[in-house]
Amino acid sequence: MRRAAGTVRRRWRRALVEAGSALLCAGLAIWSLLPVYNMLLIALDAEGDTEYAGIVWPAEPSLESFRALWAEDYWYLEHFWRQFANSLYIGVATMVLTVLIGSLAAFAVGRTRLRRGWLLTNTALLTYVVPASFLVIPFHRVIHSYGLTDNLLAVVAAEVAFAAPFAILVLQHYARLVPLELDEAARVDGASPAQVYWRIYLPLMAPALAAVGTYALLLAWGEYLYQWLLLSSPRNMTVAVAIEQFFDSDEAPWNYMMAAAIVYALPPIAVFYGLRRYMAAGLTAGAVKG
Amino acid sequence: MSGTHEVLGRPVARAPWRALRLGLRHGSERGWALAFLVPYAAVFVAFVLYPVANALWMGRSPTLYAELIDDPHYLRTVVNTALFTGVGVNLMMFAALLLSGLFMRRRWWIRATLVVFILPWALPAIPAFLSFHWMLIGEQGLLNSLLSELFAIEGPIWFNDRWLALGADIVAYVWKWLPFWTVILLAGRMAIPQELEDAAAVDGATGVRRFVHLTVPLLANLYLVCTLLATIWTVADFATVFYVSGGAPAQSTDVLAVIGVRYAFDIARPPLGVAAALSALPVLIPLVVVLMRRLQTRGVQL
Repeated sequence: MRRAAGTVRRRWRRALVEAGSALLCAGLAIWSLLPVYNMLLIALDAEGDTEYAGIVWPAEPSLESFRALWAEDYWYLEHFWRQFANSLYIGVATMVLTVLIGSLAAFAVGRTRLRRGWLLTNTALLTYVVPASFLVIPFHRVIHSYGLTDNLLAVVAAEVAFAAPFAILVLQHYARLVPLELDEAARVDGASPAQVYWRIYLPLMAPALAAVGTYALLLAWGEYLYQWLLLSSPRNMTVAVAIEQFFDSDEAPWNYMMAAAIVYALPPIAVFYGLRRYMAAGLTAGAVKG
Repeated sequence: MSGTHEVLGRPVARAPWRALRLGLRHGSERGWALAFLVPYAAVFVAFVLYPVANALWMGRSPTLYAELIDDPHYLRTVVNTALFTGVGVNLMMFAALLLSGLFMRRRWWIRATLVVFILPWALPAIPAFLSFHWMLIGEQGLLNSLLSELFAIEGPIWFNDRWLALGADIVAYVWKWLPFWTVILLAGRMAIPQELEDAAAVDGATGVRRFVHLTVPLLANLYLVCTLLATIWTVADFATVFYVSGGAPAQSTDVLAVIGVRYAFDIARPPLGVAAALSALPVLIPLVVVLMRRLQTRGVQL
């Protein structure tokens, strides 16, 4: 009898937990999607020249803003696709350079008999003592003295400088999963460190390299402050900066701005969801299991 | 092949040569290692060290700091930064810890929720924060419209009040970064060996008790490291306040990163901006030191 009562109580508790999780999931879905819905709502508004006017449902959705974007049919959007290409250029260059420079450094520190290699990792991590947003003012001046004003390479340099320390850390942690005996066997067979790096280290580190590359790509694509301060001419701007330009005008068409923001958000979302498994595996295998 | 034979045949006589050869090989290995380090070292010196030295040089004058302390705008900014970081990070990490428990459960609809839940992380900061800005602005933003349509509540004008506006900034920041920390803590929890969970279950520890006596102690180090890292990032956050409230009302919600840029580029006083940024170092340096010691001695392990 008591046993039956226990079972009933347990069943009730389980149902309660289930209902609670379902409720929480529904809440989380609304929480996550509401700002995204708001973006679509504004972008699909046909007018957009007035301040947003209390609509919660797009009664007459219009793709006018996306058409204007496609045709670069507004003066803030004049160079949109060129700016899109600039963002892409910065993202890809940052990704390639971060993976290359970071993996070389991580290999030298973790896989060769370099004494006090950890010192370099720690020095690299010291980069984060002065966060990027605090360093932007002197960086701006230094870039002037290098003659890289209004140059996309200046932004690439900044992104690489800030992505590489994290890349080195993750790669070093991940490399612990690759047995050092493999390197030693290859060295006994007469391979040079460069060959070990190219033929053993890089292939075996592929998941971590993909994770680090994706991290660098998304960082460079989404970063705003350096791009805003280092790039000034409309033809050299990135999409992130171009979107911000709309705020310079009092009666900008906000639907155009939101359409640009949505198009700008699509590539990282595609990359993110495409490589989700890869990323989580790479970043956490090294970082969490230790 | 022949080399091996020689060494095997006459090990004693060959020993000095062998040592020399090994030494050379190690020497060349060191050479390679140093060559591999050159690209990163160059980037570090040119784009981190030199700008940092430049910053220290620009912010060397004590009068700059006296001027900052006399500026009520700066003092308000320090309070805002402390609140934004203290409330934001702790709220975010605690929510991430609880939510990681939800996502441990194996139900298809919970997994589906996770896919939706990480969307804010995938979204670049600017579109996300612009959307928050428009959602909360004036009387007609989406949030207030929804409040009045669904519940007949008249929402406040969010950006007319300093605390409401700062609260909105914090919520937007948590919205953007909560998924990231939840996934990290989720990975940490999944790495807890199943045997421990089973043993706890056999001993009758369920629900809250298992969480308090098993999960919390095992996750404590990871949680601490994540909190430190999140704090360092949040102190220096620029985009949230700059886009969501834009400092409104009347720049009363500015944080340090924003005021630095305002000093440097709006009123053309770069040294003052640098001084404002450098004034955060007494907080940041100890955090980074503690973080590095944690990372170095244990790795980020359970």
